[in-house]
Amino acid sequence: MATVELKNLRKTYLTEEIIKGISLSIEEHEFVVFVGPSGCGKSTLLRMIAGLEDITSGDLLIDGQRVNDVEPGKRGLAMVFQSYALYPHMNVYKNMEFGLKLSGMPEAERRAKIENVARTLQLEPYLNHKPGQLSGGQRQRVAIGRAIVRNPKVFLFDEPLSNLDAALRGQMRVELSALHRKLGATTIYVTHDQVEAMTMADKIVVLQKGVVEQIGSPLELYHHPRNLFVARFIGSPPMNFFSAIFQGGDAAGSSVQLRDGSTLYVPVTSPGLLPGTKVTVGIRPEHVELASSGPNSGVVEVIERLGAITLVHVRMPDGEIIVVQTDGAVLTDVNSPISLTLPPRNCHLFAPDGLAFEACHRHPLAA
Amino acid sequence: MALKAKTSTRIGVTILGWGIALWLFFPIFWMILTSFKSEVQAISTPPKLFFMPTLSSYAEVFERANYWHFALNTVTVSVAATAIAIALAVPAAYSMAFMPSKRTRGTLLWMLSTRMLPPVGVLVPIYILARNTHLLDTCTGLAIVDMLTNLPIIVWMLYTFFREVPAPILEAGRMDGATRWQEMTMVLLPLALPGIASTALLSLILCWNEAFWSLNLTSSHAAPLTAFIASFSSPEGLFFGKLSAASTLAVAPILVFGWISQKQLVRGLTFGAVK
Ligand SMILES: Nc1ncnc2c1ncn2[C@@H]1O[C@H](COP(=O)(O)OP(=O)(O)OP(=O)(O)O)[C@@H](O)[C@H]1O
Ligand SMILES: [Mg+2]
Repeated sequence: MATVELKNLRKTYLTEEIIKGISLSIEEHEFVVFVGPSGCGKSTLLRMIAGLEDITSGDLLIDGQRVNDVEPGKRGLAMVFQSYALYPHMNVYKNMEFGLKLSGMPEAERRAKIENVARTLQLEPYLNHKPGQLSGGQRQRVAIGRAIVRNPKVFLFDEPLSNLDAALRGQMRVELSALHRKLGATTIYVTHDQVEAMTMADKIVVLQKGVVEQIGSPLELYHHPRNLFVARFIGSPPMNFFSAIFQGGDAAGSSVQLRDGSTLYVPVTSPGLLPGTKVTVGIRPEHVELASSGPNSGVVEVIERLGAITLVHVRMPDGEIIVVQTDGAVLTDVNSPISLTLPPRNCHLFAPDGLAFEACHRHPLAA
Repeated sequence: MALKAKTSTRIGVTILGWGIALWLFFPIFWMILTSFKSEVQAISTPPKLFFMPTLSSYAEVFERANYWHFALNTVTVSVAATAIAIALAVPAAYSMAFMPSKRTRGTLLWMLSTRMLPPVGVLVPIYILARNTHLLDTCTGLAIVDMLTNLPIIVWMLYTFFREVPAPILEAGRMDGATRWQEMTMVLLPLALPGIASTALLSLILCWNEAFWSLNLTSSHAAPLTAFIASFSSPEGLFFGKLSAASTLAVAPILVFGWISQKQLVRGLTFGAVK
């Protein structure tokens, strides 16, 4: 098992810089997830680690060794591709055997290993099948099996579940988590699925346009997003934002004036900020509470009933929409007036440059 | 009603297909037919479709020229030129398909543009080059020229076939520890085999029928079947019976070979569709 360290990695295609200086260290056994919007460079970064893309500058260390110029096959990694990328002309057994054979492992040892992995992944009945004869889920298992048999130091996954249907994706997610616990291998996993990121990761790396926006545990990102981008990106449905005027702060909190004139005292510090500055308030839909009357009143515009929960879209007097996630059985109807309560402890404040104000108290689950 | 219309369309398409096939095949058909006529029957007007077949033209052709000598030269030159061209083109197409640079497209077009040059335009320089390197009238010399003239098309075709192979499959090979060479030979080649086979077949046919360079660069020792045919055309005026017999003998092997390998060829040409 291994550590991976990225030191100011950069990648330039022709003239365009795609990866703009990424530093990151990944511990042994850690499950790290790269998330970010499409085109932000997740796959490129993963492929740089794999050795499939050249590193323009910076250092890549695996187990403390600089591997920038080491061939992909010699880095001790295994990769699972989004498209599975099985060898179509080889059967399942041969697919898994290919890498072992190249490494010169004796036949008997290869067979024992493959049979063992095939048993774990329930692939035994299919060892003689060609990839074309398998379902999507089975192909995915073969791709994972091909990675496992090589006993790599680090597993790399590039959106491995995105070609599967929702039910199978959920099942594979659980299986992958279990597998990771069992093998304990260092894993780097690219996805744009929130649920995969939140449930599987020890550490999430949020990328945007080739730079790291934040690195942290799932709940750290959820409770303490470092900036507006992470706040908007993590969480579904996304956080609500509205503007406010900063009035002043002390060690226990900062007060802001909302558009309707009411003030909110949020437990975050605001060192050096001048009163009168325009700031952004953020609150997640699941933290807004509904009230029949009071301040912050608006009109229900859309109701999405998902069974267990209901999403209420409220149009505020200033025209902004605030989404509230509430009980599945809530009786509110479209066009009815409604009031919102914004619990200050769940509010986030963002300075004009997008950075979040430091919370006075860390969330216990995100210490 | 709809079904009826469909049936009639199908019949129409079938007839059209057969019509085109027959139209394309007619010259070969007529050549074979003429080869079994006597010289008198061959030039009779109106042309005869039914006649008493005779092998006299074949007999005379075999008597006058050593068919096997020419055939052996053709086989040697075609196979050698094709094998070398494929061997050179596979790595070239591999690198262009999977490691393209900003000049790849331009290089491909430039390679193809050399085919647009009329061969006669470079006849003198090539002739002099061949003479100075003592390659005139040798199978080696002809094979080199054939190989070079076909190389652009072969690279282009292989490039197109290789592009059909998804890059992640090769990358998976690289992750599994394959060297570039192993990646090419153990992953790419098996996947692109139908395409390579049909490219090789096309190259064989082109070399087999190549006349311009064979007539200009060979005289006797390395003369291939195209020279064999030519020897029955000009000098003594036109004897269509013998000319047809010689031509039939010349094209028969490649025709039979093409027929046998047509399954491969069709698979190669529709590679993208059945992948
Ligand atoms: N070979 C290439 N040449 C030039 N630009 C490239 C190349 N490969 C990727 N890019 C660019 O690099 C950027 C990052 O691409 P990348 O595939 O890493 O994004 P991603 O985060 O994986 O996106 P997605 O979620 O859609 O998979 C994109 O803007 C893309 O256009
Ligand atoms: Mg990607």
